[in-house]
Amino acid sequence: MPDYPVTVPHMSERTEYQFSPETLETARRIIQRYPEGKQKSALIPLLHLAQAEFDGWLSPGAMDYVASLLGLQPIEAYEVASFYSMFNLKPVGTCVLEVCRTSSCWLMGAEDVVRHIEKKLGITAGQTTSDGMFTLKTVECLGSCGTAPMLQCGADFYENLTLEKVDSLIDKLKSDGRRKVYTRDEPITI
Amino acid sequence: MAKKLLLEYDHVPGISTLDVYRRHGGYASLNKALKDLTPAQVLEEVKTSGLRGRGGAGFPTGMKWGFLARPEGVPRYLVCNADESEPGTFKDRYLMERIPHLLIEGMVLSSYALGANTSYIYIRGEYYYVARILERAIAEAYEAGLLGKNIFNSGFDHDCYVHVGAGAYICGEETALLESLEGKRGNPRIKPPFPAVAGLYGCPTVVNNVETIAAVVPIVRDGGAAYAGIGVGKSTGTKLISASGHINRPGVYEIELGVPVEEFIFSDLYCGGMRNGKKLKAVVAGGSSVPVLPADLILKTAAGEPRLMTYESLADGGFASGTMLGSGGFIVMDEDTSIVKNLWNFTRFYHHESCGQCSPCREGTGWMEKILHKILDGHGTLADVDLLWDIQSKIEGKTICPLGDAAAWPVASAIRHFRKEFEEYVTRPASIRDVKHYYRLHSMAEA
Ligand SMILES: Cc1cc2nc3c(=O)[nH]c(=O)nc-3n(C[C@H](O)[C@H](O)[C@H](O)COP(=O)(O)O)c2cc1C
Ligand code: SF4
Ligand code: FES
Repeated sequence: MPDYPVTVPHMSERTEYQFSPETLETARRIIQRYPEGKQKSALIPLLHLAQAEFDGWLSPGAMDYVASLLGLQPIEAYEVASFYSMFNLKPVGTCVLEVCRTSSCWLMGAEDVVRHIEKKLGITAGQTTSDGMFTLKTVECLGSCGTAPMLQCGADFYENLTLEKVDSLIDKLKSDGRRKVYTRDEPITI
Repeated sequence: MAKKLLLEYDHVPGISTLDVYRRHGGYASLNKALKDLTPAQVLEEVKTSGLRGRGGAGFPTGMKWGFLARPEGVPRYLVCNADESEPGTFKDRYLMERIPHLLIEGMVLSSYALGANTSYIYIRGEYYYVARILERAIAEAYEAGLLGKNIFNSGFDHDCYVHVGAGAYICGEETALLESLEGKRGNPRIKPPFPAVAGLYGCPTVVNNVETIAAVVPIVRDGGAAYAGIGVGKSTGTKLISASGHINRPGVYEIELGVPVEEFIFSDLYCGGMRNGKKLKAVVAGGSSVPVLPADLILKTAAGEPRLMTYESLADGGFASGTMLGSGGFIVMDEDTSIVKNLWNFTRFYHHESCGQCSPCREGTGWMEKILHKILDGHGTLADVDLLWDIQSKIEGKTICPLGDAAAWPVASAIRHFRKEFEEYVTRPASIRDVKHYYRLHSMAEA
């Protein structure tokens, strides 16, 4: 049994993978940053674009598509995607709450934050709510230790967390109902 | 007030824009270098400055640059290490977010000295919004002719690009970073060859930390000798310290190297003392990888001298009674902190982040995590403490990259300085067990 709700549309696998013209243009610009013949360097940046555009996770189809854009074997995309913690290899909720669990955040109460979110959403770390809205992850130090405890959702950092702040953040994300991605919605500028 | 070289204008509104940055002297160093100095002279200034790498190892930057191979017809690269994943470290993020042009000016300046026409800023993926800030700044710099062809009519061409990673502490290790930049898994390379000879795409490459590269700007502006005049002995110049944990004023502080540790923790200029009037228990002075020291040893050396914020003073006493400046990630713990539980947290981190290439690191970090979990759970024995010691000693120095050492040192130092606390955990388990405890450990360990 998968540990995510398969009935939510964005959490089942697509049949078509094709970047929008704007994303394709961004991808072309990224590829040009690397010397002739070294386009494999663009793999991680392009996987980010794919994850943002294809429902927040990398299905085999999404990885195959990226590999084809770069003239790589699919396995080259799989082995890279599976190495890096930001790539989700299974479906995730519309908003992924990534709570830092490392040293300074832990000293400043990260455990309480995780516990609070778990109770509030009725899931444990690693799971997704049944409406497909939230996934809770615990992650390693995000470089925000001076403003601990903290969590990241999409590209945004939420710092100096209190349980009240967590509550209002979750309420706000729920009422917005928008997907939060690392790349934000705007295309990269150069 | 201490002298600031990097963060002098960090609170000026709009300092992230080219316009305001230039009005505060920005790109004057680049102008000076391209107009008046040869690349060799820039390198000489950096050597004179005594600047040491700010990424953790503290290797002299001028010497590293001097090692760069210069075969004819082969491109050379400068790669900026903005992976910043060492727990407790957040200074590079602050610098890039506030004053992106300082890094970009440093990139062009350093590239001029190295003869590199292309450079990459490898930034951790979680800092995506910071990558955006840098990209905006780079676009401004191109627009103004500070990047691209024939900068300041000097005939020097330079392109600088931002490259985002995707979450992996190990990619901060320079050869793993290069692998990652080439679009591969972040497995560290076996050295030699060193990047100075065969780095990015097999070409000669210098990898430097964000803060190191930014420091080249004031060095060229004021001269290497002026920079060397700040600090103590071989710890020259200023250093960004990321202060966090149980203190009143966490944040990024630019200090002149040589500030006494006691002043750094208790002065209102810096950490502002302990939170809630608690007592200081321990400090991890240079990011999670360096040995933890108890209060008495972090404030004074074993010989009773006041400990200073310098590479040498923090290391005084070796690992028996000293630690390291590392990346400057200064984590302060108060009297209520459990050293054992904190160590479990660190060890879990290293286990999670081991790339898995070497068995001592891959297996050893896992075993250490398991044993600590067992001790925390109230099932440990005195033999487990010795076993932990044994495992860490079998990782240190026996791996491809220094992550193995980084995982071993926190364990060794915690047992060395806080053995009593471990014994307490294994001899009086009932006193440390709480009902929610197991549940919490489980959630905090969830991948
Ligand atoms: C596991 C590991 C993680 C590292 N992480 C970083 C990092 O996040 N940032 C950094 O600048 N250096 C990091 N380093 C050090 C780099 O390998 C390298 O020494 C440094 O980037 C060189 O730059 P510097 O001489 O300017 O300090 C790490 C090293 C290891 C072994
Ligand atoms: S020491 Fe650890 S992280 Fe480094 S190469 Fe070996 S297994 Fe990988
Ligand atoms: S420990 Fe949480 S952001 Fe660094």
